[in-house]
Amino acid sequence: MSNNQGILWEVFVQTKPGLPHKHCGSVHAPDKEMAIQNARDVYTRRSEGTSIWVVPAEAITASSPEDMGAFFEPANDKVYRHPTFYHVPEGVKYL
Amino acid sequence: MDLLKLQESFDAKIEKGDCIEPKDWMPDDYRKTLIRQISQHAHSEIVGMLPEGNWITRAPSLRRKMVLLAKVQDEGGHGLYLYSAAETMGISRDEMIEQLHSGKAKYSSIFNYPTLTWADIGAIGWLVDGAAIMNQVMLQRTSYGPYARAMVRICKEESFHQRQGYEIMSVLAAGTHEQKAMAQDALNRWWWPSLMMFGPPDADSPHTAQSVRWKIKRETNDELRNKFVDRTVPQAEFIGLKVPDKDLKWNEAKQGYDWGKINWDEFYNVIKGNGPCNKERLEARRKAHENGAWVREAAAAYAAKQQQKAAA
Amino acid sequence: MEKALFNYLLRLADSSLIIGHRLSEWCGHGPVLEEDIALTNIALDFVGRANALYEYAGKVEGKGRTEDDLAYLRNERDFFNNLLAEQPNGDYAQTILRQYLTDAFEIHFYEALSTSKDETLAGIAAKSLKEIQYHLRHSSSWMLRLGDGTEESNRRLQNALNEIYRFTGSLFETDENDSVLIAAGIVPDLSAIQQQWQKDVDAMLEKAMLKKPENVWMQKGNLQGKHTEHLGYILAEMQSLHRALPGVKW
Repeated sequence: MSNNQGILWEVFVQTKPGLPHKHCGSVHAPDKEMAIQNARDVYTRRSEGTSIWVVPAEAITASSPEDMGAFFEPANDKVYRHPTFYHVPEGVKYL
Repeated sequence: MDLLKLQESFDAKIEKGDCIEPKDWMPDDYRKTLIRQISQHAHSEIVGMLPEGNWITRAPSLRRKMVLLAKVQDEGGHGLYLYSAAETMGISRDEMIEQLHSGKAKYSSIFNYPTLTWADIGAIGWLVDGAAIMNQVMLQRTSYGPYARAMVRICKEESFHQRQGYEIMSVLAAGTHEQKAMAQDALNRWWWPSLMMFGPPDADSPHTAQSVRWKIKRETNDELRNKFVDRTVPQAEFIGLKVPDKDLKWNEAKQGYDWGKINWDEFYNVIKGNGPCNKERLEARRKAHENGAWVREAAAAYAAKQQQKAAA
Repeated sequence: MEKALFNYLLRLADSSLIIGHRLSEWCGHGPVLEEDIALTNIALDFVGRANALYEYAGKVEGKGRTEDDLAYLRNERDFFNNLLAEQPNGDYAQTILRQYLTDAFEIHFYEALSTSKDETLAGIAAKSLKEIQYHLRHSSSWMLRLGDGTEESNRRLQNALNEIYRFTGSLFETDENDSVLIAAGIVPDLSAIQQQWQKDVDAMLEKAMLKKPENVWMQKGNLQGKHTEHLGYILAEMQSLHRALPGVKW
């Protein structure tokens, strides 16, 4: 107990209003209130942030590397999901 | 997948220059090497706060005081990023701190030298951070993803550290006779230990070859050391300070400096614990940790109580 | 009027510098890495504020003294910081308590000061106020965690309270400068602020399960430059190098 550094939290910082929150690192803290303060003190020392999320590291579920093929490759041949797949006659606007 | 296939896919990633990520399979030795290197790097940042912290309360102007505070704090932040990177490999911060305090884990031996005068703060920023940055710039491309990302952040933040050190030195060197003497004395004492920071010569460095193969390191100790000398000598000359090496001279053919011999005996002794401040540095870290134990316990107890209340 | 403002600015600047100095002593020695970093952020806010206030004080005085002249070349008896600021860090409980008691004062004081008729002072106060809001949040969080954490942490916090509560009166000390400046709308009346402070502090002590010390004889004298013995050592350390090589550039 005397070694207790607290729980590990993952920190997500939004750098400008409107942008998504991006993972930027971790902090240790005993609870969520301290976690958000610690994240502020550690990761926004150079005014890098407008908003912070903290998430207990153990609450994150990640896909595993073995699933990479099954998860992501099927999307590779679905080019029709991208706008550049479609031909539009030259000169047509607002499309 | 069997082990052979896993190994092949790992090798292929390294070959291609892809990053290894925490959930990827990796050879045990790769993991061990990285845990050792990253935690050692983290410990260096944390122990490194002490020699510079030694002058915060005596900084000779308010501006210098703020810069130094911000700088030492950055080192703490960098230690934190690095501990976090190591934690992704399955070791806890508690374990790493325990290894530091028991003497099992090492930290950069440079921090076992004392900061005797204010000029030492300049010399550390200029030379020690300068040497560290050479290493860190290279490590931004290291093969382990979380380590590389921590280094990118660290390099961005470190960019002012070397400058503020050089600024301190150049002001002193242009100052009164006493100030200039102080600057020269600091350079005399920090020059050789700074060169030692790159680690033993390649021929005697047991881990270098494998680390380069795994792309943990992208340049060898000697390559980095020579680059450092080539860059730093003109900086010293520019502010009228003399590098304390009588064998130092420009070699036109190789477009670099030839320079003298490092006292490796001293290096290995400082690593072994015989540096001027090894004992004080570890003692300070242990004391901070022990004196903080009841604080961490209180915070954990409070969190547990709040959770109970919320559940009730 | 200039003289009164100059003295008042020194009072504020000295208090900021001295508590900033105390906090900076923690750098590299905090109870946990995250907290080490947090405390240094707070120390930086205080030293930065002191810097701004000294700079302005030098201008108001008009004798060409710089912020460093004012910080490094005055003696113990010419410092006017409140007595709480100079108390030693002690254990972490004492540091947190000293900080909370200070923050709870500053939040009201600097808010009032941010409407000062002196625009420069109002500007410094407005910037400080944002920093103080965070300081108070930080110290309040720890007051609760230490007060309602373990038996040991509660005991330590209570001991600290018994030890340093007697210096809080010095936060509210006034002298003839106050009446001049209050009349001119430049600084707030401290008696109103003391009431707000007391209300907040009483509520916090209750939440943190602490007992307010009773019949405390408040230590005062800082506005006449009468300090505890601690200040002399702080200045001896802080000013030593600056004074050893007088007049040089750093």
